[in-house]
Amino acid sequence: MFGILRTLWLTFLHAGHRRVTVGYPEHKPPLPPRYRGRIILSRDPDGMERCVACNLCAVACPVDCISLQKAEQDGRWYPDYFRINFSRCIFCGMCEEACPTYAIQLTPDFEMSEYLRPNLVYEKEDLLISGTGKYPDYSFFRVAGVKILGKDKGEAEREAAPIDLHTLLP
Amino acid sequence: MTAPMPVIIGVTLAVLLGLATFLTWFERRLLGLWQDRYGPNRVGPGGILQAVADGIKILFKQDWIPPFADRGVFVLAPAIGMMTVLLSFGVVPVTAFWSVAGDLNVGLLFVLAMMGMGVYGVVLAGWASNSKYALLGGMRAAAQMISYEVFMGLSVLGVVMQAGSFTMRDIVLAQSGLWFVVPQALGCVVFTLAGIAETHRLPFDLPEGENELGAGFHTEYSGMKFGMFFLAEYAGVVLISVLLVTLYLGGWQGPLLPPMLWFALKTGALICLFILLRAALPRPRYDQLMALGWKILLPLSLINIAATGAILLLHAPG
Repeated sequence: MFGILRTLWLTFLHAGHRRVTVGYPEHKPPLPPRYRGRIILSRDPDGMERCVACNLCAVACPVDCISLQKAEQDGRWYPDYFRINFSRCIFCGMCEEACPTYAIQLTPDFEMSEYLRPNLVYEKEDLLISGTGKYPDYSFFRVAGVKILGKDKGEAEREAAPIDLHTLLP
Repeated sequence: MTAPMPVIIGVTLAVLLGLATFLTWFERRLLGLWQDRYGPNRVGPGGILQAVADGIKILFKQDWIPPFADRGVFVLAPAIGMMTVLLSFGVVPVTAFWSVAGDLNVGLLFVLAMMGMGVYGVVLAGWASNSKYALLGGMRAAAQMISYEVFMGLSVLGVVMQAGSFTMRDIVLAQSGLWFVVPQALGCVVFTLAGIAETHRLPFDLPEGENELGAGFHTEYSGMKFGMFFLAEYAGVVLISVLLVTLYLGGWQGPLLPPMLWFALKTGALICLFILLRAALPRPRYDQLMALGWKILLPLSLINIAATGAILLLHAPG
């Protein structure tokens, strides 16, 4: 009997408690910078695409939602098309971990509802952003030893000139 | 200054149905408040138009009668449930000058009779649905409501003895000195519990028992026929609150404020109490419910009658 009255009283006191519900569209919860939301493709500081179409993200993806095709121009590899099916994506972030060039990144944005399912397939134009994302200074082709137009072997940052294999002198 | 009878009936009916509809929203908001959430707050200011939206939705739902159901009874049952509740309001005196039949000389008996009829609404719904969950709900309702009716009648006898009348208006007038809730505190508690069981509200909603019976007696109902059960339940909550006010809390009487306002305030507070009971208490097991009824509440109401009678006899003049 006393227990019932006590329950009633304690429940009544909850009228003065703060509500747990967050009224979503009006009050957006703060998302941490490393939140795993919508996936983007970033550019390097020169404004070129970072993605080198290595396919590692597509391999790492547990639900196979990434599909891409390699193309090449002036020694640079880049994706001919790059497609993410967000109706499959589980936002695990493994593509970001697998990416050797920091090209693919997850962002704190989750508001991607669509009325039509096909609209959830994002093409490269939808994925590419104009900035560098989380790594402002990184540029793969500036540090990598591959030869591209305007940068020969040995001209990358912190790279020694290539050894002349035809001489025996130390 | 009494208003003409058609006006009184019309206004009472409109207020009642409006209040029952309003309560469907109000209860959810209040439950939300006590459970640290919001409840429906999207449609209209504070979500108040949610009741309207629900009404529109339920009106346009397919009104399906299962092919295995007993058609006639199936259609009749919600009407009985609604009608008995609405008729009971007729004998409640809102103020001294505002009631449909507040001075009916068997007013209280009429209410009890209508509550007895109300059992048919639920039992027939369970029976006519011809499905096992509905039938189980109906059976539970029959046993629960009939047994709680026994001492619901017994518990108000103390009030009748003190007031010396079955007329609701006389009962209210007899409380001009002291509200009956003080001398009849025991009866008041028993009546409240019996009233919750009669309207099969939580925590005594075993006839519905969502988690064991689907939805109990109205499992097979849809559309506005379900809506009628739904509204009848809320009208029942209002009815029990109104009866408590009339029988134990001095009806329209109170200082300063106008009588109509006093009546509304008391009723509103009691409705909130019923919602609080729903928010706070779990549903008892069925045998616990019956044991509480027959082993505790029935003896208590009998003791109440005996004590009231003895005291009245001792103080009787001559």
